[in-house]
Amino acid sequence: MTAPLVLGIETSCDETGVGIVRGSTLLANVIASSMDEHARYGGVVPEVAARAHLEALRPTLEAALEQAGVALGEVDAIAVTSGPGLAGALMVGLGAAKALAMALDRPLYAVNHLVGHVGVDLLDPEPLELPAIALLVSGGHTSLLRVRSLTDDVELLGETIDDAAGEAFDKVARLLGLPYPGGPQIDRAAVGGDPAAIRFPRGLTHPKDLERHRYDFSFSGLKTAVARHVEAARDRGEEVALADVAASFREAVADVLTAKAVRACHELEIPRLLLGGGVVANARVRELAAERAAAAGIELRIPPLALCTDNGAMIAALGAALVARGRPPSPFDVPADSTLPVGTVLC
Amino acid sequence: MLLAIDTSAGTAVAVVDRAGAILAERADAATRRHVEVVGDLLRAALAEAGIGASEITGVVAGMGPGPFTGLRVGIAAARAFAFGVGCPVVPVVSHDAVALGRAEPVVVATDARRRELAVSHYGPPDAGGLPARLAGPELVPAGPIEVPIGATLLEVSEIPAGALGALGARLLELGRRLGPGEPLYLRAPDVTLSAGPKRVTA
Repeated sequence: MTAPLVLGIETSCDETGVGIVRGSTLLANVIASSMDEHARYGGVVPEVAARAHLEALRPTLEAALEQAGVALGEVDAIAVTSGPGLAGALMVGLGAAKALAMALDRPLYAVNHLVGHVGVDLLDPEPLELPAIALLVSGGHTSLLRVRSLTDDVELLGETIDDAAGEAFDKVARLLGLPYPGGPQIDRAAVGGDPAAIRFPRGLTHPKDLERHRYDFSFSGLKTAVARHVEAARDRGEEVALADVAASFREAVADVLTAKAVRACHELEIPRLLLGGGVVANARVRELAAERAAAAGIELRIPPLALCTDNGAMIAALGAALVARGRPPSPFDVPADSTLPVGTVLC
Repeated sequence: MLLAIDTSAGTAVAVVDRAGAILAERADAATRRHVEVVGDLLRAALAEAGIGASEITGVVAGMGPGPFTGLRVGIAAARAFAFGVGCPVVPVVSHDAVALGRAEPVVVATDARRRELAVSHYGPPDAGGLPARLAGPELVPAGPIEVPIGATLLEVSEIPAGALGALGARLLELGRRLGPGEPLYLRAPDVTLSAGPKRVTA
């Protein structure tokens, strides 16, 4: 028996993603992004994203099938993100997936977006051994997970209590007068800057915070600290030292993200760490993670960038794992759940 | 055989034959559960019509007007189903389905939320017996609707998918220009350009 051919649809934020896998082999990963449409607003506008999904869906499906070199009729199962994410955006993908499953008479697997980010590692020829710690960082999420089984046992260790890390990059870029999306802009501005020039706060790292928020994150205070610094400089009539501010801010984010992830690996005695999410594109985050993981004897896994940002391939990969383990498909009345907990892998 | 899907009000699904005869019609009036119910309604309608998905040769999609989030679910489903079976989408203005079959001029009004109604004006049916939309759909403030003398006001909370399908069948039969390719949102997304970051220090 050949491994199941699974088509995955992802529409939880501003990327329309369609991926196709056969078992753990990646056949196609096509993404249409509405990022440019959000740029002038400085962040993702949910209604704009949802409208773009509806327009992009069919062309993205066609492109994925073409890339995979398979016919739609060969697909064995449809996987789709049903949460967490933007409700209106999720509903476009889920509505389409249900109709597609019905049209093809194939089972539907409505899966968790965050677990998908971890599941993408299944496409690696040598998937990370489990249990593993996963750090997922994007414009919408900052979550630390303990993964014992991709299909049955994913536990949320901590998450951001305010802004997501990617959101902090966007907001800080804006107050520095840089365009959206903030991550690459801050990276560029930080070139030649001194990451130790300004000691910006590391959220939830004080001993008293660690009691209650051991693996949680907070970036709202950091953003405010950068704003205060910039305002104070401008009030004094000074030029803002852009490179130093950008480098110092980025260092604070990278520091707290990697420190907490490594701490989790250490305390839970799991020497394996997987990174995922768009913020992983940030060079300093990757660099510091590699440095600290190596120092702590942790095996670090960073998927290729096209599989780190939101994509349909990760949804297909997770769907294929669920099919392979004989899990029953989702009921047809499965809702979109914008706050789907990470413990729910399959709805 | 045509499948018709509309989520511009509640969720409505129907199967009609090429002559426009309704073989099955299923609906759920809830206005915020489209994505939950659309799959089961599709399944039930196909089962009641006693046909398989592959026998569908066109999917009639209600393009609105209607509240954004729900409206998109039906259009996404219609497009995906059509893609799945490899048949065309037949886009139709949802209000036209309400006007279908009326001999006299009508005004169709549906809830557009935010204290507004979506309204379309129709004259007597055209020579082909199809609704002749003279104006709209457009948004008007909720409240009394201006209805021309001799016209009937049809203020409805559900779009009949059977009529939508029958209309699609007639349009195909007559080779008529179909409805809009894009959803009839009638409103721009809610978003305002920021005036710039706010000061955090006093």
